[in-house]
Amino acid sequence: MSAAVDLLQEKFADEVVAVVEFRGDTTVVVRPQRIVDLCRALKDDHVTAFKYLSMIAGMDYLPQSPRFGLVYNLYAHKNHSRITLKTLLADDQAPASASVSGVWPTAIWHEREIYDLMGIRFHGHPDLRRILMPGDWVGHPQRKDYPLRGR
Amino acid sequence: MNQTQSLPRTETMLLNVGPSHPSTHGVLRVLVELDGELIVKADPDIGYLHRGIEKMCEYRTYHKCMPLMNRIDYLAGEANNLGFCLAVEKLLGIEAPQRAQYIRVLLTELTRIASHLFWLGTHGHDLGAMTPLFYAFREREKVMDLCELVSGARMFPLYFRIGGLAADLPQGFMEAAWDFVKTFPRRWRDYDNLLTQNEIWKERTVGVGVMSAEEALNWGWSGPMARGSGVDWDLRRDNPYSRYDEFDFEVPLGTREGDTYSRYLVRMQEMLQSNRIVRQALEKIARTEPGVVKCDDPRVSLPPKELVYTDIAALINHFKIIQEGILPPVGEVYQAIEAPKGEMGFYIVSDGGPKPFRLKVRTPSFVVLGSLDKLCRGRLLADMIALIGTMDIVLADVDR
Repeated sequence: MSAAVDLLQEKFADEVVAVVEFRGDTTVVVRPQRIVDLCRALKDDHVTAFKYLSMIAGMDYLPQSPRFGLVYNLYAHKNHSRITLKTLLADDQAPASASVSGVWPTAIWHEREIYDLMGIRFHGHPDLRRILMPGDWVGHPQRKDYPLRGR
Repeated sequence: MNQTQSLPRTETMLLNVGPSHPSTHGVLRVLVELDGELIVKADPDIGYLHRGIEKMCEYRTYHKCMPLMNRIDYLAGEANNLGFCLAVEKLLGIEAPQRAQYIRVLLTELTRIASHLFWLGTHGHDLGAMTPLFYAFREREKVMDLCELVSGARMFPLYFRIGGLAADLPQGFMEAAWDFVKTFPRRWRDYDNLLTQNEIWKERTVGVGVMSAEEALNWGWSGPMARGSGVDWDLRRDNPYSRYDEFDFEVPLGTREGDTYSRYLVRMQEMLQSNRIVRQALEKIARTEPGVVKCDDPRVSLPPKELVYTDIAALINHFKIIQEGILPPVGEVYQAIEAPKGEMGFYIVSDGGPKPFRLKVRTPSFVVLGSLDKLCRGRLLADMIALIGTMDIVLADVDR
């Protein structure tokens, strides 16, 4: 597991904000700007070999600012290890990040879901539409300020 | 006159499949663009069964999330509950007692058999094989009966609790379970005889929907879908949880070709392996002390009912757990389990309160359905039916 942290701290020293260990899970908090390069490096490196993206979770930390975040969970079949990447998005009004669908195509649907439910946009996404809610839906239901029973 | 002008004009056709159709396994709509009978593009339209489970969980205590978890993949309720329980237990830093863990394994594997039987029946039915459905549902009913024995409910047993189980196994369960374990391999041979060497079955499945191992991982495939492509990966073996490391089982890989037939073989073999695990679990349960099925932590486990009626401290404890809920420390965990359909992951963010600040459920069906377009392109419309079947999706698992 430390191999991934080492790689990030070595090649992306300016990007890594913090490394958190909790209950055996390693979470690396990174800056959002170079997330695609970072994911590409973790996937292509022979030692870390994170060939598989488990999930991306959209986060809304209201009332904190920065309010929105993304959580990536990666898995390496080579040594059966996991790593969680966490990033906070600067813009509270129009949150956006770069799409990692070029690294793992499975991200296409994960990012569509986050766009739909959290309202986070992804640059470079091939097909950014709503996925779970109807196409003409107004608002993003999973945001913390969206009422449980709808508007 | 030049040749292009004399040819008839061709254009693609848009065909709507679903949202309610027997072959879509629930409320799935697929917009298919066809060139003759060949698929140019298949665009799944999902969300008809979106209940907002992740959102709802942010408004209820951890214990009260459990019934919702049951309903994510409603064909394998116990598997979802196991994953959620393990995630909360990881967050709390507690562990269920040995006996409870074995019983969890026992029921989760029975659920895997039931889920695979449902897949076998419906997948066969989609492709025109009527008989396997009746045979598979006969045995699935037996698993349902076992679920009913422990909890009173067939589809949504809700028998697991954070920190253990709701109660110990009832009288007569072990005998009924042994009865199932002993007869199942014989029943399994019936399904095997019907399909495995069946020429029509092979015609419809061999070489259909081929995915290489590398692409399978790129598209986030896990569980039987990835194993059919030769990815030798099983979370039960590679990242053991709930004492799976004490069990002896194999991880079948089919023909490793990554086609529909290989995935068929994987799931068929998995049923036998699950039966093996159930057998071992029954033996292990018999060697543990009866009654010890809840962790000994008053913050998490409800006190015994007799004490609640006679002891004031126990009564207060009971009310505190029900009304206030349990209070895990601030932190975030990701716990994945090998559910019947693949990797089922629970990402929980706790702010120290009684309700999850955020719960993200990573479901295998959602991820796999995302690659339908890739699998379908250039194939016949009839193959799409085989491909939806081989994905073993449940729309409740896709939409959450």
